[in-house]
Amino acid sequence: MTVLAKDAIITLAHGSGGQAMQQLIETHFVAAFDNSELALMEDQAQLPLAELTLAGDRLSFATDSFVVDPLEFPGGDIGKLAVCGTVNDVAMAGAIPKYLSCSFIIEEGLALATLERIVQSMAVTARQAGVRIVTGDTKVVHKGACDKLFINTSGIGIVPVDRQLGARFIQSGDKVIVSGTVGDHGAAILQARGELALSGTLESDCQPLNGLVEAMLAAGSVRALRDATRGGVAAVANEMASSAGVGITLAESAIPLHPQVRGVSEILGLDPLLMANEGKLIAVVPAQHSEAVLAAMRAHPSGAEAAIIGEVTNGSAGQVKVSGPFGGERLLPMPVGEQLPRIC
Amino acid sequence: MKFVDEFRDPAAVKAALAQIESALTQVPASRKPLQIMEVCGGHTHAIFKFALGQLLPDDIEFVHGPGCPVCVLPRGRIDDAITLAEEHGVILCSYGDALRVPGDKGSLQDAKSRGADIRVVYSPLDALALAREYPNKQVAFFALGFETTAPATALTLKQAALDGVENFSVLCHHITIGPPLRAILDDPGIRIDGFIGPGHVSMITGEQVYDFIAEDYAKPLVIAGFEPLDLLQALAMVVKQIAAAEARVENQYRRAVTSVGNRIAQQAMGEVFMPAPESDWRGLGAIPESGLMLSEAFRPYDAEARFGIGRTSVAEPEGCGCARVLRGQLKPHQCPLFGTICKPQMPVGALMVSSEGACAAYYQYRAGV
Repeated sequence: MTVLAKDAIITLAHGSGGQAMQQLIETHFVAAFDNSELALMEDQAQLPLAELTLAGDRLSFATDSFVVDPLEFPGGDIGKLAVCGTVNDVAMAGAIPKYLSCSFIIEEGLALATLERIVQSMAVTARQAGVRIVTGDTKVVHKGACDKLFINTSGIGIVPVDRQLGARFIQSGDKVIVSGTVGDHGAAILQARGELALSGTLESDCQPLNGLVEAMLAAGSVRALRDATRGGVAAVANEMASSAGVGITLAESAIPLHPQVRGVSEILGLDPLLMANEGKLIAVVPAQHSEAVLAAMRAHPSGAEAAIIGEVTNGSAGQVKVSGPFGGERLLPMPVGEQLPRIC
Repeated sequence: MKFVDEFRDPAAVKAALAQIESALTQVPASRKPLQIMEVCGGHTHAIFKFALGQLLPDDIEFVHGPGCPVCVLPRGRIDDAITLAEEHGVILCSYGDALRVPGDKGSLQDAKSRGADIRVVYSPLDALALAREYPNKQVAFFALGFETTAPATALTLKQAALDGVENFSVLCHHITIGPPLRAILDDPGIRIDGFIGPGHVSMITGEQVYDFIAEDYAKPLVIAGFEPLDLLQALAMVVKQIAAAEARVENQYRRAVTSVGNRIAQQAMGEVFMPAPESDWRGLGAIPESGLMLSEAFRPYDAEARFGIGRTSVAEPEGCGCARVLRGQLKPHQCPLFGTICKPQMPVGALMVSSEGACAAYYQYRAGV
């Protein structure tokens, strides 16, 4: 049933609760996300407990909202981001992500074709991550009340009984591992906004990480995991250092960097350690397990460029330091606000 | 990465450090520690980022100079920019790092949160493009910076004049590098033994603008690039001159800076700007002929004239040590406000705002001080 023409746009009617909204949900969301829970078209999803309790003893539950501009960028779009972001937050507990909810806030006038592409991208990413989008909501707001499209997703995963991950378990002597090159997403978004007149082929690293996490946990013990999104490696390392009451020292020369990210950072005076990632995690691993976990990461497509970038120390609690190539050390502070490009 | 990696080679860095050590042995003890001013904020940032201070002998002390355009921006100018946006309904376009500088009416970022239309641009041409996009709005570019950014403003204004974009204007606070250095050298309370000259500014100006430092004040100045090896090589050149009791302008950054500079940029600046009788500098006060104003031909694009903005003069906040830090009389962490009420997230003085500001660099990279 094709009700909406291909050049159609979203209007306030699509959020009114009436016929137009129902058609939008049925022909686009339910069809794309394709699962029995959503197909019932109830106001909520009912999730069978038996299956969940077999897999673990705790639920991991996370939520995140996505407001990226532009909606589509090299390497991803807001839909892929919305699935990956919440899947990754859930997975950082060592959980197996299972179900997502999805809420759209749409500015009237958005091209239906754009929404369709984004919804398809969510569906593909959800399948890739092995999660089902089982409940949702749609609101349409007046022009100017939001910027094209905002998406919120919440997610539930199951934590197996034997997995206890958290920054509080971090100990002096542990190794810090990053799953690949840092700053790719932040630099790709800067480039995609076209404000910099910098040409390049950078792609966002946006990807679900739950597969990588499974591979890591099968290879050895892991103390803590965190995906390095906004605030980048700097924010994650600082959060970990302060909640565990330890010091962390990173080796600048060990941190994997895409050459173009390095170029963008050098030109604009931005620090790639503060730039956002959407498909990279930081793992803290006991030293004796670090090589095995690293090898498992490198054998996984999402961790091919993983590297040990530092270690946990019993130095000044809560401080993160970066050792430079010449032996000096500098402090890596918690990021303050947005990074502002330098004047010259 | 070409032009980066070879200037971060640990072996070469070690060699440059050895040269500095060796030259220092020729400097009389009475002159030590040497006070070397790195003029440019980019150099200040690099010194901290690469922890060069930790590698250098104690006989070298850096004095962080006035070459961070955001840091020397007087509070009154921020207020003028906010007035344009808030009271005249102007779309105000600014370079990103000016957004957090506090004025008396808060920062541009605060004004933006209050509803003023303030946009970050990467080039004045982006502001001109906005003016074309919104022909019914007034669009002003907050033109900041030394000779590094002034040519871009000049070329944009020429383009605006050529295309007749009448809703575009410029709030001009361009400044020049020579006069503040002279002011610092004339100050009897300041002792500087030598200078590391700015890299980007010198690409435009060439080497001659610094001749007076060697000729009138008998101090050495070496223009340097921004990589660790650039800075250490330049420092070695300065110390060697001091050891040999020489005072010359030298150029370590030959891969980018020529002796005559960029003639096209100089010509565009000459057409569009003229020296302003006097400009305000945070920390240094008013310095004659240290800034640029629009020339007669381009006066119609002057936002101050168009909107009747008078230059606001605002006193520095109580207790703020920015002025003394900029003159090399105080280390950032010796300021009573440092790290207590003045922090990068809530800057009181401008030196805490930009990553090139000496206080922000101290705070970020050496919080243990």
